[in-house]
Amino acid sequence: MTASDPAAGSTSTEPMIRMQSVDKHFGPLHVLKDINLEIPQGQVVVVLGPSGSGKSTLCRAINRLEPIDSGVIEIDGKPLPAEGKDLARLRAEVGMVFQSFNLFAHKTILENVMLAPVKVRKQDQATARKTAVDLLERVGIASQGDKYPAQLSGGQQQRAAIARALAMRPKVMLFDEPTSALDPEMVQEVLDVMTGLAGEGMTMLVVTHEMGFARKAANRVVFMADGEIVEDSTPEKFFTAPESARARDFLGKILTH
Amino acid sequence: MNVILDNFAQYRDGFLTTLEFCAYAFVGALVLGTVIAAFRVSPVPPLRWVGTSYVNVFRNCPLTVVLFFCAFGLPEIGVNGLYFWFGVAALVLYTAAFVCEAIRAGINSVPAGQAEAARAVGLTFTQSLSSIILPQALRTVVPPLGSVIIAMVKNSAIAGAFGVGGDLFAVSDTLTSSRGEAILPVLIGVTIGYLILTIPGGMLLNLLERKVAIAR
Repeated sequence: MTASDPAAGSTSTEPMIRMQSVDKHFGPLHVLKDINLEIPQGQVVVVLGPSGSGKSTLCRAINRLEPIDSGVIEIDGKPLPAEGKDLARLRAEVGMVFQSFNLFAHKTILENVMLAPVKVRKQDQATARKTAVDLLERVGIASQGDKYPAQLSGGQQQRAAIARALAMRPKVMLFDEPTSALDPEMVQEVLDVMTGLAGEGMTMLVVTHEMGFARKAANRVVFMADGEIVEDSTPEKFFTAPESARARDFLGKILTH
Repeated sequence: MNVILDNFAQYRDGFLTTLEFCAYAFVGALVLGTVIAAFRVSPVPPLRWVGTSYVNVFRNCPLTVVLFFCAFGLPEIGVNGLYFWFGVAALVLYTAAFVCEAIRAGINSVPAGQAEAARAVGLTFTQSLSSIILPQALRTVVPPLGSVIIAMVKNSAIAGAFGVGGDLFAVSDTLTSSRGEAILPVLIGVTIGYLILTIPGGMLLNLLERKVAIAR
Protein backbone atom coordinates (compact mmCIF):
# COMPACT_ATOMS: atom_id res chain seq x y z
CA MET A 1 0.00 0.00 0.00
CA THR A 2 1.40 3.35 -0.93
CA ALA A 3 0.86 6.19 1.42
CA SER A 4 -0.68 8.78 -0.81
CA ASP A 5 -4.42 8.26 -0.68
CA PRO A 6 -5.98 9.64 2.50
CA ALA A 7 -8.87 7.21 2.21
CA ALA A 8 -6.59 4.19 1.82
CA GLY A 9 -7.79 1.17 3.73
CA SER A 10 -11.00 2.68 4.98
CA THR A 11 -13.55 -0.05 4.52
CA SER A 12 -15.92 0.25 7.45
CA THR A 13 -18.38 3.10 7.75
CA GLU A 14 -17.58 3.70 11.44
CA PRO A 15 -14.29 5.50 11.92
CA MET A 16 -11.80 3.54 14.06
CA ILE A 17 -11.19 6.59 16.22
CA ARG A 18 -13.67 9.43 16.58
CA MET A 19 -13.07 12.47 18.75
CA GLN A 20 -15.82 15.01 18.97
CA SER A 21 -15.67 18.37 20.74
CA VAL A 22 -12.95 17.11 23.08
CA ASP A 23 -11.72 19.58 25.66
CA LYS A 24 -9.14 19.20 28.37
CA HIS A 25 -7.45 21.49 30.86
CA PHE A 26 -4.36 21.02 32.99
CA GLY A 27 -5.22 23.49 35.70
CA PRO A 28 -5.41 26.88 33.97
CA LEU A 29 -3.84 25.50 30.79
CA HIS A 30 -6.30 24.64 28.02
CA VAL A 31 -4.40 21.72 26.42
CA LEU A 32 -7.07 20.36 24.07
CA LYS A 33 -9.45 22.88 22.51
CA ASP A 34 -12.56 21.51 20.84
CA ILE A 35 -10.77 18.65 19.09
CA ASN A 36 -12.69 16.96 16.28
CA LEU A 37 -10.90 14.11 14.57
CA GLU A 38 -12.01 11.00 12.74
CA ILE A 39 -9.58 8.29 11.73
CA PRO A 40 -10.92 5.60 9.39
CA GLN A 41 -9.75 2.04 9.67
CA GLY A 42 -6.34 1.42 8.10
CA GLN A 43 -5.33 5.05 8.00
CA VAL A 44 -1.94 6.21 9.24
CA VAL A 45 -2.14 9.65 10.79
CA VAL A 46 0.92 11.57 11.88
CA VAL A 47 0.38 14.31 14.43
CA LEU A 48 2.91 17.11 14.21
CA GLY A 49 3.32 20.30 16.16
CA PRO A 50 5.62 22.28 18.42
CA SER A 51 6.18 20.98 21.94
CA GLY A 52 3.37 21.90 24.29
CA SER A 53 0.87 21.91 21.44
CA GLY A 54 -1.15 19.09 23.04
CA LYS A 55 -0.26 16.31 20.61
CA SER A 56 0.88 13.84 23.30
CA THR A 57 -2.19 14.61 25.38
CA LEU A 58 -4.37 13.97 22.33
CA CYS A 59 -2.69 10.61 21.85
CA ARG A 60 -2.99 9.64 25.53
CA ALA A 61 -6.62 10.75 25.71
CA ILE A 62 -7.59 8.14 23.12
CA ASN A 63 -7.07 5.25 25.55
CA ARG A 64 -7.95 7.40 28.55
CA LEU A 65 -4.49 7.53 30.08
CA GLU A 66 -5.48 11.20 30.24
CA PRO A 67 -9.15 11.68 31.12
CA ILE A 68 -10.85 14.48 29.20
CA ASP A 69 -13.07 17.24 30.59
CA SER A 70 -15.78 17.11 27.96
CA GLY A 71 -16.55 15.71 24.54
CA VAL A 72 -16.81 12.22 23.10
CA ILE A 73 -14.12 9.71 22.18
CA GLU A 74 -15.15 6.52 20.42
CA ILE A 75 -13.02 3.57 19.42
CA ASP A 76 -14.54 1.44 16.65
CA GLY A 77 -17.97 2.92 17.39
CA LYS A 78 -17.83 2.36 21.16
CA PRO A 79 -17.51 5.32 23.53
CA LEU A 80 -14.66 5.14 26.05
CA PRO A 81 -15.99 3.60 29.27
CA ALA A 82 -15.25 5.00 32.73
CA GLU A 83 -12.35 3.60 34.78
CA GLY A 84 -12.85 -0.12 35.48
CA LYS A 85 -12.97 -3.52 33.81
CA ASP A 86 -14.65 -2.22 30.63
CA LEU A 87 -11.92 0.34 30.14
CA ALA A 88 -9.27 -2.35 30.65
CA ARG A 89 -11.00 -4.44 27.98
CA LEU A 90 -11.00 -1.52 25.56
CA ARG A 91 -7.37 -0.66 26.25
CA ALA A 92 -6.48 -4.26 25.40
CA GLU A 93 -7.64 -3.49 21.85
CA VAL A 94 -5.64 -0.28 21.56
CA GLY A 95 -1.90 -0.74 21.34
CA MET A 96 0.25 1.99 22.83
CA VAL A 97 3.94 2.72 22.39
CA PHE A 98 5.55 5.24 24.72
CA GLN A 99 8.45 7.62 24.32
CA SER A 100 10.27 5.97 27.25
CA PHE A 101 9.43 2.38 26.17
CA ASN A 102 8.07 1.44 29.61
CA LEU A 103 8.92 -2.22 29.28
CA PHE A 104 8.24 -4.09 32.52
CA ALA A 105 11.67 -3.87 34.14
CA HIS A 106 11.39 -7.06 36.21
CA LYS A 107 10.40 -9.29 33.31
CA THR A 108 12.36 -10.63 30.34
CA ILE A 109 11.56 -9.38 26.84
CA LEU A 110 9.66 -12.58 26.08
CA GLU A 111 7.70 -12.29 29.35
CA ASN A 112 6.93 -8.67 28.53
CA VAL A 113 5.33 -9.71 25.26
CA MET A 114 3.52 -12.73 26.76
CA LEU A 115 2.16 -11.04 29.87
CA ALA A 116 -0.99 -9.36 28.59
CA PRO A 117 -2.10 -12.22 26.28
CA VAL A 118 -1.85 -14.59 29.27
CA LYS A 119 -3.31 -12.28 31.94
CA VAL A 120 -5.90 -10.43 29.89
CA ARG A 121 -6.76 -12.77 27.02
CA LYS A 122 -6.26 -15.91 29.15
CA GLN A 123 -4.16 -17.55 26.45
CA ASP A 124 -2.19 -20.61 27.53
CA GLN A 125 1.55 -20.21 28.00
CA ALA A 126 2.51 -22.23 24.92
CA THR A 127 0.29 -20.25 22.52
CA ALA A 128 1.38 -16.93 24.01
CA ARG A 129 5.03 -17.95 23.79
CA LYS A 130 4.70 -18.93 20.16
CA THR A 131 3.04 -15.62 19.26
CA ALA A 132 5.65 -13.72 21.25
CA VAL A 133 8.55 -15.49 19.55
CA ASP A 134 7.01 -14.76 16.13
CA LEU A 135 6.52 -11.09 17.01
CA LEU A 136 10.07 -10.70 18.29
CA GLU A 137 11.24 -12.28 15.05
CA ARG A 138 9.15 -9.80 13.11
CA VAL A 139 10.62 -6.77 14.89
CA GLY A 140 14.09 -8.24 14.50
CA ILE A 141 15.06 -9.05 18.10
CA ALA A 142 14.33 -12.77 18.22
CA SER A 143 17.66 -13.46 19.92
CA GLN A 144 16.99 -11.03 22.78
CA GLY A 145 13.92 -12.77 24.26
CA ASP A 146 15.58 -13.98 27.45
CA LYS A 147 17.23 -10.69 28.32
CA TYR A 148 15.87 -8.02 30.64
CA PRO A 149 14.91 -4.61 29.25
CA ALA A 150 17.91 -2.85 30.83
CA GLN A 151 20.26 -5.15 28.86
CA LEU A 152 18.90 -3.94 25.50
CA SER A 153 19.66 -0.81 23.50
CA GLY A 154 16.96 1.84 23.27
CA GLY A 155 16.05 0.86 19.73
CA GLN A 156 15.72 -2.79 20.72
CA GLN A 157 13.63 -1.87 23.75
CA GLN A 158 11.28 0.20 21.62
CA ARG A 159 10.91 -2.63 19.10
CA ALA A 160 10.14 -4.99 21.98
CA ALA A 161 7.53 -2.50 23.19
CA ILE A 162 5.93 -2.53 19.74
CA ALA A 163 5.89 -6.34 19.83
CA ARG A 164 4.29 -6.21 23.29
CA ALA A 165 1.51 -4.00 21.96
CA LEU A 166 1.02 -6.14 18.84
CA ALA A 167 0.69 -9.30 20.92
CA MET A 168 -2.80 -8.15 21.89
CA ARG A 169 -3.79 -7.95 18.20
CA PRO A 170 -4.92 -4.34 18.61
CA LYS A 171 -7.38 -2.66 16.26
CA VAL A 172 -5.38 0.52 16.38
CA MET A 173 -1.88 1.52 17.47
CA LEU A 174 -0.99 4.76 19.22
CA PHE A 175 2.61 5.96 19.13
CA ASP A 176 3.55 8.74 21.54
CA GLU A 177 6.88 10.11 20.24
CA PRO A 178 8.32 6.61 19.82
CA THR A 179 11.75 7.76 18.65
CA SER A 180 12.30 10.89 20.73
CA ALA A 181 14.24 9.10 23.47
CA LEU A 182 16.48 7.21 21.06
CA ASP A 183 20.04 7.82 20.00
CA PRO A 184 20.04 8.97 16.35
CA GLU A 185 21.49 5.73 15.00
CA MET A 186 18.61 3.74 16.48
CA VAL A 187 15.76 5.82 15.14
CA GLN A 188 15.67 4.13 11.75
CA GLU A 189 15.28 0.57 13.05
CA VAL A 190 12.16 1.60 14.96
CA LEU A 191 10.76 3.62 12.05
CA ASP A 192 11.30 0.62 9.76
CA VAL A 193 9.12 -1.55 12.00
CA MET A 194 6.47 1.17 12.07
CA THR A 195 6.58 1.63 8.30
CA GLY A 196 6.15 -2.13 7.89
CA LEU A 197 3.14 -2.03 10.18
CA ALA A 198 1.63 0.85 8.25
CA GLY A 199 2.11 -1.10 5.04
CA GLU A 200 0.13 -4.00 6.49
CA GLY A 201 -2.91 -1.80 6.96
CA MET A 202 -2.74 -1.13 10.70
CA THR A 203 -4.69 1.92 11.83
CA MET A 204 -2.07 4.17 13.42
CA LEU A 205 -1.89 7.50 15.15
CA VAL A 206 1.72 8.61 15.45
CA VAL A 207 2.93 11.62 17.37
CA THR A 208 6.43 12.27 16.10
CA HIS A 209 9.04 14.73 14.96
CA GLU A 210 10.23 12.41 12.21
CA MET A 211 9.32 14.29 9.05
CA GLY A 212 10.75 11.53 6.87
CA PHE A 213 8.33 9.03 8.39
CA ALA A 214 5.44 11.48 7.98
CA ARG A 215 6.29 11.90 4.30
CA LYS A 216 6.86 8.24 3.59
CA ALA A 217 4.34 6.32 5.67
CA ALA A 218 1.52 8.67 6.60
CA ASN A 219 -1.79 8.98 4.75
CA ARG A 220 -2.57 12.14 6.59
CA VAL A 221 -0.88 14.82 8.63
CA VAL A 222 -2.57 16.60 11.51
CA PHE A 223 -0.80 19.74 12.64
CA MET A 224 -1.51 20.98 16.17
CA ALA A 225 -0.61 24.24 17.88
CA ASP A 226 -1.78 25.59 21.24
CA GLY A 227 -4.19 22.71 21.80
CA GLU A 228 -5.95 23.10 18.47
CA ILE A 229 -5.90 21.17 15.24
CA VAL A 230 -4.68 23.86 12.87
CA GLU A 231 -4.21 21.81 9.75
CA ASP A 232 -5.41 18.43 8.56
CA SER A 233 -4.18 17.40 5.13
CA THR A 234 -2.07 14.99 3.12
CA PRO A 235 1.70 14.88 3.70
CA GLU A 236 2.44 16.28 0.21
CA LYS A 237 0.16 19.21 0.70
CA PHE A 238 1.30 19.88 4.25
CA PHE A 239 5.00 19.84 3.46
CA THR A 240 4.82 21.65 0.12
CA ALA A 241 1.97 24.10 0.61
CA PRO A 242 0.93 24.53 4.23
CA GLU A 243 -2.12 26.76 4.59
CA SER A 244 -1.60 28.34 7.99
CA ALA A 245 1.09 30.75 9.08
CA ARG A 246 1.78 28.65 12.17
CA ALA A 247 2.45 25.53 10.08
CA ARG A 248 4.75 27.50 7.77
CA ASP A 249 6.58 28.87 10.79
CA PHE A 250 6.92 25.37 12.30
CA LEU A 251 8.16 23.85 9.04
CA GLY A 252 10.52 26.74 8.52
CA LYS A 253 12.13 26.05 11.89
CA ILE A 254 12.61 22.33 11.40
CA LEU A 255 13.35 22.06 7.71
CA THR A 256 15.90 24.83 7.23
CA HIS A 257 18.86 23.12 8.89
CA MET B 1 25.05 -15.72 84.43
CA ASN B 2 23.98 -18.94 86.11
CA VAL B 3 20.41 -17.78 86.18
CA ILE B 4 20.23 -18.10 82.38
CA LEU B 5 21.75 -21.58 82.23
CA ASP B 6 19.77 -22.79 85.24
CA ASN B 7 16.49 -21.66 83.72
CA PHE B 8 17.36 -22.52 80.16
CA ALA B 9 14.14 -24.50 79.63
CA GLN B 10 12.06 -21.49 80.68
CA TYR B 11 13.97 -19.20 78.39
CA ARG B 12 13.66 -21.65 75.55
CA ASP B 13 9.90 -22.00 75.99
CA GLY B 14 9.51 -18.24 76.25
CA PHE B 15 11.62 -17.80 73.13
CA LEU B 16 9.50 -20.29 71.19
CA THR B 17 6.26 -18.65 72.32
CA THR B 18 7.54 -15.24 71.20
CA LEU B 19 8.67 -16.76 67.91
CA GLU B 20 5.22 -18.26 67.33
CA PHE B 21 3.50 -15.04 68.39
CA CYS B 22 5.65 -12.98 66.02
CA ALA B 23 5.25 -15.42 63.15
CA TYR B 24 1.46 -15.07 63.27
CA ALA B 25 1.69 -11.30 63.69
CA PHE B 26 4.20 -11.05 60.82
CA VAL B 27 1.99 -12.90 58.34
CA GLY B 28 -1.14 -11.08 59.51
CA ALA B 29 0.45 -7.62 59.37
CA LEU B 30 1.99 -8.29 55.96
CA VAL B 31 -1.32 -9.40 54.44
CA LEU B 32 -3.43 -6.69 56.07
CA GLY B 33 -0.81 -4.00 55.40
CA THR B 34 -0.66 -4.94 51.69
CA VAL B 35 -4.44 -4.81 51.41
CA ILE B 36 -4.56 -1.40 53.11
CA ALA B 37 -1.76 -0.15 50.82
CA ALA B 38 -3.77 -1.35 47.79
CA PHE B 39 -6.74 0.60 49.19
CA ARG B 40 -4.62 3.72 49.55
CA VAL B 41 -3.53 3.73 45.91
CA SER B 42 -6.85 2.46 44.52
CA PRO B 43 -8.68 4.43 41.83
CA VAL B 44 -11.87 4.11 43.94
CA PRO B 45 -12.09 7.11 46.31
CA PRO B 46 -14.05 5.39 49.16
CA LEU B 47 -11.37 2.68 49.34
CA ARG B 48 -8.70 5.36 49.53
CA TRP B 49 -10.55 7.01 52.42
CA VAL B 50 -10.79 3.70 54.29
CA GLY B 51 -7.06 3.12 53.79
CA THR B 52 -6.10 6.61 54.89
CA SER B 53 -8.36 6.51 57.95
CA TYR B 54 -6.97 3.14 58.97
CA VAL B 55 -3.40 4.38 58.84
CA ASN B 56 -4.27 7.59 60.68
CA VAL B 57 -5.96 5.69 63.50
CA PHE B 58 -3.58 2.80 64.05
CA ARG B 59 -0.32 4.58 63.35
CA ASN B 60 -1.17 7.30 65.83
CA CYS B 61 -2.55 5.21 68.70
CA PRO B 62 -0.15 3.83 71.29
CA LEU B 63 0.19 0.07 71.00
CA THR B 64 -0.85 -0.34 74.64
CA VAL B 65 -4.18 1.32 73.83
CA VAL B 66 -4.74 -1.01 70.89
CA LEU B 67 -3.88 -3.93 73.17
CA PHE B 68 -6.36 -2.71 75.77
CA PHE B 69 -9.08 -2.47 73.18
CA CYS B 70 -8.35 -5.95 71.88
CA ALA B 71 -8.01 -7.56 75.29
CA PHE B 72 -11.00 -5.90 76.90
CA GLY B 73 -13.02 -4.60 73.97
CA LEU B 74 -13.23 -7.77 71.90
CA PRO B 75 -14.78 -9.84 74.75
CA GLU B 76 -17.34 -7.03 75.17
CA ILE B 77 -18.58 -7.59 71.64
CA GLY B 78 -18.68 -11.33 72.10
CA VAL B 79 -15.27 -12.31 70.79
CA ASN B 80 -13.68 -14.60 73.33
CA GLY B 81 -10.42 -16.40 73.18
CA LEU B 82 -6.94 -16.70 74.53
CA TYR B 83 -4.99 -13.57 75.35
CA PHE B 84 -2.41 -14.94 72.95
CA TRP B 85 -4.78 -14.29 70.04
CA PHE B 86 -5.91 -10.90 71.34
CA GLY B 87 -2.24 -10.00 71.52
CA VAL B 88 -1.66 -11.19 67.94
CA ALA B 89 -4.73 -9.25 66.75
CA ALA B 90 -3.54 -6.03 68.40
CA LEU B 91 -0.03 -6.38 67.03
CA VAL B 92 -1.37 -7.13 63.53
CA LEU B 93 -3.74 -4.13 63.55
CA TYR B 94 -1.02 -1.81 64.81
CA THR B 95 1.85 -3.06 62.64
CA ALA B 96 -0.28 -3.22 59.46
CA ALA B 97 -0.48 0.60 59.44
CA PHE B 98 3.32 0.82 59.27
CA VAL B 99 3.59 -2.04 56.77
CA CYS B 100 1.05 -0.20 54.59
CA GLU B 101 3.12 2.98 54.55
CA ALA B 102 6.35 1.12 53.78
CA ILE B 103 4.65 -0.65 50.87
CA ARG B 104 3.06 2.55 49.65
CA ALA B 105 6.47 4.23 49.60
CA GLY B 106 7.67 1.32 47.49
CA ILE B 107 4.73 1.63 45.12
CA ASN B 108 5.48 5.33 44.67
CA SER B 109 9.09 4.51 43.84
CA VAL B 110 8.07 2.50 40.74
CA PRO B 111 8.17 4.82 37.69
CA ALA B 112 4.68 5.95 36.62
CA GLY B 113 5.35 4.63 33.11
CA GLN B 114 5.25 1.05 34.40
CA ALA B 115 1.68 1.46 35.63
CA GLU B 116 0.74 3.29 32.44
CA ALA B 117 2.12 0.51 30.27
CA ALA B 118 0.29 -2.05 32.40
CA ARG B 119 -2.98 -0.18 31.97
CA ALA B 120 -2.33 0.36 28.27
CA VAL B 121 -2.05 -3.39 27.56
CA GLY B 122 -5.37 -3.95 29.33
CA LEU B 123 -4.43 -5.08 32.83
CA THR B 124 -6.98 -4.22 35.53
CA PHE B 125 -5.91 -2.27 38.61
CA THR B 126 -5.50 -5.44 40.68
CA GLN B 127 -3.54 -7.22 37.94
CA SER B 128 -1.25 -4.26 37.39
CA LEU B 129 -0.63 -3.96 41.13
CA SER B 130 0.08 -7.66 41.65
CA SER B 131 2.09 -8.45 38.50
CA ILE B 132 3.81 -5.16 37.70
CA ILE B 133 3.92 -2.68 40.57
CA LEU B 134 4.33 -4.73 43.76
CA PRO B 135 7.10 -7.02 42.43
CA GLN B 136 9.09 -3.92 41.48
CA ALA B 137 8.20 -2.12 44.70
CA LEU B 138 9.64 -5.01 46.70
CA ARG B 139 13.22 -3.84 46.33
CA THR B 140 12.61 -0.43 47.89
CA VAL B 141 10.17 -1.88 50.39
CA VAL B 142 12.53 -4.41 51.98
CA PRO B 143 14.68 -2.03 54.09
CA PRO B 144 11.83 0.01 55.65
CA LEU B 145 9.72 -3.13 56.00
CA GLY B 146 12.63 -4.73 57.83
CA SER B 147 12.62 -1.92 60.38
CA VAL B 148 8.87 -2.30 60.81
CA ILE B 149 9.15 -6.04 61.39
CA ILE B 150 12.02 -5.67 63.84
CA ALA B 151 9.99 -3.05 65.72
CA MET B 152 7.10 -5.52 65.71
CA VAL B 153 9.23 -8.25 67.31
CA LYS B 154 10.23 -5.82 70.05
CA ASN B 155 6.65 -4.65 70.46
CA SER B 156 5.66 -8.23 71.13
CA ALA B 157 7.27 -7.68 74.53
CA ILE B 158 4.54 -5.16 75.33
CA ALA B 159 1.94 -7.76 74.44
CA GLY B 160 3.96 -10.13 76.65
CA ALA B 161 3.72 -7.71 79.56
CA PHE B 162 -0.03 -7.78 79.04
CA GLY B 163 -0.06 -11.47 79.76
CA VAL B 164 0.15 -13.28 76.45
CA GLY B 165 1.44 -16.01 78.70
CA GLY B 166 4.83 -17.56 78.77
CA ASP B 167 6.50 -15.43 76.15
CA LEU B 168 10.10 -14.33 76.35
CA PHE B 169 9.35 -11.12 78.21
CA ALA B 170 7.05 -12.91 80.68
CA VAL B 171 10.00 -15.16 81.60
CA SER B 172 11.62 -12.20 83.35
CA ASP B 173 8.48 -11.67 85.39
CA THR B 174 8.26 -15.31 86.40
CA LEU B 175 11.91 -15.52 87.35
CA THR B 176 12.07 -12.27 89.31
CA SER B 177 8.67 -12.19 90.99
CA SER B 178 8.09 -15.78 91.89
CA ARG B 179 11.67 -17.00 92.25
CA GLY B 180 13.28 -13.84 93.50
CA GLU B 181 16.11 -13.82 90.96
CA ALA B 182 18.02 -10.57 90.46
CA ILE B 183 16.43 -8.59 87.64
CA LEU B 184 19.48 -7.57 85.61
CA PRO B 185 20.96 -10.99 84.83
CA VAL B 186 17.45 -12.22 84.04
CA LEU B 187 16.91 -9.38 81.59
CA ILE B 188 20.26 -10.04 79.93
CA GLY B 189 18.93 -13.50 79.10
CA VAL B 190 15.73 -11.96 77.74
CA THR B 191 17.72 -9.51 75.65
CA ILE B 192 19.80 -12.30 74.15
CA GLY B 193 16.56 -14.04 73.22
CA TYR B 194 15.27 -11.00 71.33
CA LEU B 195 18.61 -10.43 69.62
CA ILE B 196 18.58 -14.02 68.41
CA LEU B 197 15.31 -13.15 66.68
CA THR B 198 16.10 -9.70 65.37
CA ILE B 199 19.76 -9.84 64.25
CA PRO B 200 19.45 -12.87 61.94
CA GLY B 201 16.14 -11.38 60.82
CA GLY B 202 17.96 -8.25 59.71
CA MET B 203 20.62 -10.29 57.95
CA LEU B 204 17.95 -12.28 56.15
CA LEU B 205 16.42 -9.02 54.96
CA ASN B 206 19.75 -7.80 53.57
CA LEU B 207 20.02 -11.05 51.66
CA LEU B 208 16.49 -10.64 50.34
CA GLU B 209 17.23 -7.05 49.32
CA ARG B 210 20.10 -8.19 47.14
CA LYS B 211 18.04 -10.99 45.65
CA VAL B 212 15.14 -8.80 44.55
CA ALA B 213 17.28 -6.07 43.02
CA ILE B 214 16.10 -5.09 39.54
CA ALA B 215 18.42 -3.59 36.98
CA ARG B 216 17.18 -0.41 35.37
